[in-house]
Amino acid sequence: MSAAHDDHHHGPAKGITRWLFTTNHKDIGSLYLWFSFAMFLLGGTFAMVIRAELFQPGLQLVEPNFFNQMTTMHGLIMVFGAVMPAFVGLANWMIPMMIGAPDMALPRMNNWSFWILPFAFAMLSSTLLMDGGAPNFGWTFYAPLSTTYAPASVTFFIFAVHIMGASSIMGSINIIATILNMRAPGMTLMKMPLFVWTWLITAYLLIAVMPVLAGVVTMMLFDIHFGTSFFNAAGGGDPVLFQHVFWFFGHPEVYIMILPAFGVVSAIIPTFARKRLFGYDSMVYATASIAFLSFIVWAHHMFTVGMPIAGELFFMYATMLIAVPTGVKVFNWVATMFRGSMTFETPMLFAIAFVVLFTMGGFTGLMLAITPADFQYHDTYFVVAHFHYVLVPGAVFSIMAATYYWLPKWTGYMYDERLGKLHFWLSFVGVNVLFFPQHFLGLAGMPRRIPDYALQFADFNWISSIGGFLFGASQLILLVVVIKCVKGGKKATAQVWEGAQGLEWTVESPAPYHTFTTPPDPKLIHAQ
Amino acid sequence: MLPKAKLWLALTVAAVSMFSTNLQAAWDLNMPQGVTQISRETYDLHMQILWWCVAIGVIVFGVMLWSIINHRKSKGAVSATFHESTKVEIVWTIIPFIILILMAIPATRVLTQAYDSSESDLDIQVIGYQWRWEYRYLRQDSLEEEVSFFSSLSTPREQISNELPKDETYLLEVDNPLVIPINKKVRFLVTSNDVIHAWWVPDFAVKKDAIPGFINEIWAIVEEPGVYRGQCAELCGLEHGFMPIVVHAVPQDEYDAWYAGRQEQAVAAQAMSNSAITRDDAMAQGEAIYNRTCLACHQAGGVGLAPAFPALAGSSVVNGDLTANIELLLNGVPGTAMAAYARQLNPVELASTLTYIRNAFGNSTGDLVQPADVNAILEAQ
Ligand code: HEC
Ligand SMILES: [Cu+2]
Repeated sequence: MSAAHDDHHHGPAKGITRWLFTTNHKDIGSLYLWFSFAMFLLGGTFAMVIRAELFQPGLQLVEPNFFNQMTTMHGLIMVFGAVMPAFVGLANWMIPMMIGAPDMALPRMNNWSFWILPFAFAMLSSTLLMDGGAPNFGWTFYAPLSTTYAPASVTFFIFAVHIMGASSIMGSINIIATILNMRAPGMTLMKMPLFVWTWLITAYLLIAVMPVLAGVVTMMLFDIHFGTSFFNAAGGGDPVLFQHVFWFFGHPEVYIMILPAFGVVSAIIPTFARKRLFGYDSMVYATASIAFLSFIVWAHHMFTVGMPIAGELFFMYATMLIAVPTGVKVFNWVATMFRGSMTFETPMLFAIAFVVLFTMGGFTGLMLAITPADFQYHDTYFVVAHFHYVLVPGAVFSIMAATYYWLPKWTGYMYDERLGKLHFWLSFVGVNVLFFPQHFLGLAGMPRRIPDYALQFADFNWISSIGGFLFGASQLILLVVVIKCVKGGKKATAQVWEGAQGLEWTVESPAPYHTFTTPPDPKLIHAQ
Repeated sequence: MLPKAKLWLALTVAAVSMFSTNLQAAWDLNMPQGVTQISRETYDLHMQILWWCVAIGVIVFGVMLWSIINHRKSKGAVSATFHESTKVEIVWTIIPFIILILMAIPATRVLTQAYDSSESDLDIQVIGYQWRWEYRYLRQDSLEEEVSFFSSLSTPREQISNELPKDETYLLEVDNPLVIPINKKVRFLVTSNDVIHAWWVPDFAVKKDAIPGFINEIWAIVEEPGVYRGQCAELCGLEHGFMPIVVHAVPQDEYDAWYAGRQEQAVAAQAMSNSAITRDDAMAQGEAIYNRTCLACHQAGGVGLAPAFPALAGSSVVNGDLTANIELLLNGVPGTAMAAYARQLNPVELASTLTYIRNAFGNSTGDLVQPADVNAILEAQ
């Protein structure tokens, strides 16, 4: 390829317009990742406020109303602003390179699906400054607390959710179109890296449930402004209907946040174990089964609403079933490590921590599935501990693992391994000190979403807060590592990691602005 | 045993037991076993699943740790090449499946028992309000209510704002606890007047959402007399953290005596409900009610929390026509957080509250509202 003479054509534009008008999957991937990191810090700041208020019994720093705004905004921003965009960013960067495609299938839509996000989150965050304050009804926004009893800013929240939903739907259409149409010759479905597989399935989940979310917030909008009574019992509506619709979105949503993580971990463990992933086929089938099951378990979030016993039993059994494919995945990862030749660079440390801590979140998930026991756990800190274990050392750790893993490919330089390990160990200790005691708090009877608590909860709360501050502060190290690595360092090779397999490692580091403008040699495509 | 050794033993035992009782509350690690058959079975179920998880965890993480220690490149480990085995996959699909069935059987049994709320000895309606509970004791034959009262947090505000030291039962104390007889099947019919709440007493293993428009049933047979505490478990707005539940479980005769006393009180209150009150009494009672009931929204000094909750200081309603003000308090403002207080407070309390808000926070209507004024409007409605 004559790189010299079409440089003006193939290189990135200069200045801000490069980022505003870009249709390049790598640029858009970077935008998503930076945006997600910014939201991670914002949502994290809210979490620090929560943990600071809960450091001691009594009200010290904030009023209950503001506390409720903090829990709500923390949840919304972390789920929709930090975790989801981070995975979309990784998908943008890596999927075309993994399947040997020159770019995403719909590059202009790609630009659009990113650039509406900052507006959605600016709108959502601006509610904090409005009269009456931000949404204060929890990230699950149960009606009628979020309709009849909501602050006026709820309308902005609804509109922001609509925009986020549109962005996710466009993003998923793009991912599906790319994977199904743009694979290089020889890249059959069952040769695709698992990250591609998990994203393909996730994208279908997104397309299926994002309209449901849009539907439920639109029903709220009508209840609030146009006199309908979908969720208003006094008008003949049904508050429980809200929960059914919300969780029909909400449960698949939690798998949307974890399936791509499975893909990341399934890439990293074989690399650093220098051994092929164990049970590739079963990993694909397990992912598909989890996705299917995710549609028929939603009411396990609602065991205490008073469903008939047949409903309780159905949702209990269906939920327990999820443990089977999830177990298969964990066993496969362990079998991959077994009799490998392992090294423990930062991505591998995060991936191993993922397997252990995510599995612990899975165990508590299984406990929560047991309906009579759930009556005791529901809406307590036990649930808070459970979903933070699957989301923080689960989803978030996998995003960090992915960042360290592919950073040399993105920047062309090796990151600072010592700082990376420091970041890992502080995060690992912090996250456990933060969330492990919350299991005890929940079992001892502390409800979630309270700004103040009875005295018997005092000790575990201050411990948890200390862990929170440690974890929060450690994330600044990641920022330092990334900035250092963008600026320079040891040159990275194309292969980067000794055990790395796959098309993305056949292009030089940093990956050129355009990759695979001609399809790769089919001989480079190996079974996973 | 030597006397000296005996002494030491006694001292140690004393020290240990002191230590553990002191710390017990603060370092509670596990679910309470509770005082009902269902709560104990729930606890057993919880422990059973927990031990399964621990066992699986030990095996899986054990293999992993062993690999991490032994199969590392720095030790010269060379990676094997195996990468699939249908047999192994089938094994680790089937075994978890069997374990799940072993878990599902007792879970189904306990759930079926917990769901059987038939043939109760006593029915109590539990109604969630922002932010207190109402308990209505229903007659067994007609399900009409006989005795009813509200139960609100009684921890002083100064403890919450750290101006006073906190009691041992900080945030878990109410003015009127629920009283139930032991060894009787008590059925709770749970609903809500505004948003969704959840009524939860951990020692009974009973938690149910209180949902407007729905009546959910739960029940408990409490086997030991005692005071049992819980909290609202579903986010219900501003004061969600401040609506505890306190249940006194007492022997039947004590319960009967209490119930008779409540009935008498109700009759007496009925009789009193038209008699005049003095300004001082009204102001004192009104202030107490305001602090307990209205403060969360309208705030200390009646300054409100703009724009959601209007100030009462200088409010045109509070300083305006008395009838309009009474009607607003009786009926609330539908579609807003301002609830109807006609049920929540009795005529005497309503009158005192009105006197108070119309003469406090710099408002100076000079009105002394009498229960008769309130009753007149109540009857007219
Ligand atoms: C859950 C929060 C809440 C509680 C508790 C509450 N109020 Fe209100 N109150 C409101 C809201 C909201 C309004 C405004 C309704 C509207 O939009 O007109 C209001 C309005 C009022 C008004 C009319 C003020 C005006 O200028 O329009 C009065 C008087 C009043 N409340 C008295 C009381 C009294 C007395 C109590 C205690 C017995 C009480 N409120 C408890 C939320 C509350
Ligand atoms: Cu409540």
